[in-house]
Amino acid sequence: MTAVNLNDLDSSTSLVEGLDSTKGSGPDKVFRWAAFGAGLMVLVILALITITTAQAAWPAFSVEYFTSATWIPSAQEFGMLGFLWATLLISFIGILLAVPVAVGIALFATEVAPRRLRRSITTVMDLLAAIPSVVFGLVGFYVLRAPAQDLFRWLGDVCAGIPILNRIFGEGSSGTSILMAGIVLSIMILPIITSISREVFDTVPRNDKEGALALGATRSEMINGVVIPHSLGGLTGAVMLGLGRAMGETIAVTLLIGGVSNPPITIDVLSASDAMPSAIARYLSESAGTYRAALIGLGVTLFIITMIINVLSRKVVGVFDRRIKGAA
Amino acid sequence: MNPMTDEETPVPQPAPTQFSDLAHETAEDHPAPVAGTTVFDVTDLSVLYSGFRAVKDVNIDITEHEITAFIGPSGCGKTTVLRCFNRMNDLIEGAAVEGSLKYHGVDLYEKDVNPVEVRRRIGMVFQKPNPFPKSIFENVAYGPKLAGIKKKSELDEIVEKALRGAAIWDEVKDRLNKSGLGLSGGQQQRLCIARALAVNPEVILMDEPCSALDPIATGRIEDLMEEIKQDYTIIIVTHNMQQAARVSDRCAFFTTEVNPDSDQRTGTLVEFDATEKMFSNPSDERTENYVTGRFG
Amino acid sequence: MTATQTRSSVDERLKVPRDVRVSTIKGSRFRRNRIATIGMVAAFVLAAIPLLFVIGNVVVKGLPVVTTKFLVSDIPNNAAATELSSDCDTLRKYDPTAEGDDAAPVEKPQPGMGRAVVGTLITTALAALFAIPLGILAAIYLNEYGKQSRLARFIRFMTDVMTGVPSIVMGIFIYELWIVRFGFPRSALAASLALACLMLPIVVRSSEEMLKLVPNTLREASAGLGSRTWKTTLKVVLPAALPGLVSGSMLAVARAAGETAPVLFTIGAINKVAAAKTITGQSTTLSLQIYNMITNGGKLSPQMAWGAAFTLIAIVLILTTIARTVSARFVAR
Repeated sequence: MTAVNLNDLDSSTSLVEGLDSTKGSGPDKVFRWAAFGAGLMVLVILALITITTAQAAWPAFSVEYFTSATWIPSAQEFGMLGFLWATLLISFIGILLAVPVAVGIALFATEVAPRRLRRSITTVMDLLAAIPSVVFGLVGFYVLRAPAQDLFRWLGDVCAGIPILNRIFGEGSSGTSILMAGIVLSIMILPIITSISREVFDTVPRNDKEGALALGATRSEMINGVVIPHSLGGLTGAVMLGLGRAMGETIAVTLLIGGVSNPPITIDVLSASDAMPSAIARYLSESAGTYRAALIGLGVTLFIITMIINVLSRKVVGVFDRRIKGAA
Repeated sequence: MNPMTDEETPVPQPAPTQFSDLAHETAEDHPAPVAGTTVFDVTDLSVLYSGFRAVKDVNIDITEHEITAFIGPSGCGKTTVLRCFNRMNDLIEGAAVEGSLKYHGVDLYEKDVNPVEVRRRIGMVFQKPNPFPKSIFENVAYGPKLAGIKKKSELDEIVEKALRGAAIWDEVKDRLNKSGLGLSGGQQQRLCIARALAVNPEVILMDEPCSALDPIATGRIEDLMEEIKQDYTIIIVTHNMQQAARVSDRCAFFTTEVNPDSDQRTGTLVEFDATEKMFSNPSDERTENYVTGRFG
Repeated sequence: MTATQTRSSVDERLKVPRDVRVSTIKGSRFRRNRIATIGMVAAFVLAAIPLLFVIGNVVVKGLPVVTTKFLVSDIPNNAAATELSSDCDTLRKYDPTAEGDDAAPVEKPQPGMGRAVVGTLITTALAALFAIPLGILAAIYLNEYGKQSRLARFIRFMTDVMTGVPSIVMGIFIYELWIVRFGFPRSALAASLALACLMLPIVVRSSEEMLKLVPNTLREASAGLGSRTWKTTLKVVLPAALPGLVSGSMLAVARAAGETAPVLFTIGAINKVAAAKTITGQSTTLSLQIYNMITNGGKLSPQMAWGAAFTLIAIVLILTTIARTVSARFVAR
């Protein structure tokens, strides 16, 4: 029987098709095509997403749209740079705060913690990942806004006289601000960065780690000398995936960033602003014409940026995987 | 590959003492008796993994400037025992050691013994060559740098000496800044030996160092072991009996006992003696069966 | 060679006493090691704090609000929320802190999250109905047929890319295609389509991982008995991978249940929906109601939002726990 060895069957698709067409085996053919169709559906949907949203946004796209930071819907002026800036800034803050913590937890889980504790680390991160975005927004809005306002005002006062800091921490008038959104974002992207970092650290060969320890390295020296250098590529990928997540995060940011109609390009993290997805969430249902197209354009731009980040990060992780396997 | 004739050392020779005088003040530095100074004194050693006894009843003395070989069928626990000598088993969760393993009179598993200090003194070469993904120079300099040597000139000296000691200097001296991973398997393993020599350990543990190498590379490592044993004490795990016969002065033969009730397999030491005796006139039948190839 | 030649000063510096109890390693190295370890533990604690803070807040503020009535009663619309807020009796009635002194039942419409609970369950279930079979079929294609072929690798890559598409883009997509282009009304169905787009790549990738875990010997044994691939897949591979498939899908469902952005423009957010029209008519979800409550800011809103949040987290955590339990059993096997 040629059909007995399944690996043969699958490695040469034409053989299967040949067999099927001659024998006319109905169910197998149907099943095959159904599975194939489902696989294609992913591509179709992704293509549909791209085309539909791009078409809807098309009327708004112009040179000005991508180069101006003036966004005045009533005057039909749509320059998206302010929103892009705010999105990048909160994502940057999120990454900046989340990465050290995530790497620390991942190292703790892979190199230090006993098996039992390892499981509870997983549980904590899973729970954190399971909390819906809107709940982070809710807690931030109702519970943290008031204390954050006091804290930020104090921070603004303290930094008022210090040259560069007084530009980063300006007069915090309200709790909801870029910094608040960034902090909550960092909590929200923590689980994904942690779990990918853990996977990355897990790929460091035991043999290499023992090599360092056998030379009399302490655990932290081993981590510094072997684990981290080995994982740099994978960590880059983890950070980029986290960045992609952060940029697309909508509801919590919408509730916590403050919301201004024309976000300025500022480095004052205590000021209110608005991010790309938040603007869409806020205004899309009450918009029409070019305004609507401009809002959807924010979504398309966001989509393209996160797609590029994702593709790059997968590539980075892929290259890194191959390097490890090649070296092993 | 030479047969065992000229490699064999009938009786362990008196250990050369001239260099250890320089650094030591202790009683061990008196001219050694014929049997040599005991480095390790292992008594009733057992290794447990999560309560399950993987190896038991190990009684061995390791003598200075000798090569001691651990032989036996796979799964008999010889690597497990070897990894007790530099407390590498500490890294395995649930691993525990019973009995005593004394290094110059101090039990390595005593409470106030730091495993990092142990590993600083007792180097290890692994089954699979594991150079760091760094330059050849950085590979060898890694240990000395940890030990606090920062000066480039001193590191240069150490690296050259270690690479010479591992008989790989001539092959790599022109490409010290190239990655260690670019070397052949045999070269990588000698680089790892150089890396271990660079911190100046007293003992070098070798865990099947030639199992991933071709015969020529294996021959070079064996020659190298012969050379460096004047300065170091070597314990080697090997499943290659010819290798054990060629290079070792003493041999420990391990085997696996199967508990008929629980079907658990436990490694145990069968015989420990001079290599020549083990291979010509073993006292245990199981050893004879193994070395003559009837079993294993 | 030169190994036995006279030792230099460097050798001396590297030489250590044989007594392993004598410390030769600088204390600073161990101190650094300890600091690093403490840092790692601190990172973990730092991650646990927001988790406890969020869950603690939701439980403390949401649990007292959530009663059986809350779960089935109608949502007050904005006007009602303001009306009720001016009505001291009613306000007190739903204010847990005032429960003691006014226990007398007041015959007034009870605000609750009934529609949102139903809406959440329906949209999530519909989304699961669309995404899970399709996703598992696609995973079957990738793992059983396509394998390492170019197309399969491309689909796999694109699925990974799709996982990273922001959820609000899914909302815009369905809004533009389904509602603007096709002219369908906003509905639970439309929202579930957006959620399904979100779930699909997650289901595909997790299912493929699970199918990969099924040992090839099982497939070969079945093929050896003369079964064709479809029969082998349906009768042998899928049953073997079932717990893994369930757990992966459940995690995707849990994620979808909590999402707000994709339903924002697609569901309609009408509070009082006719029961008959819960699928094809306008609806709402818990997450959307929380968002609306916060942004509308009526006096009763915070309570309603906390109650909804507690309900939502309960639903999500129940789904997640089921998934984890099933997958733990799968791995243990």
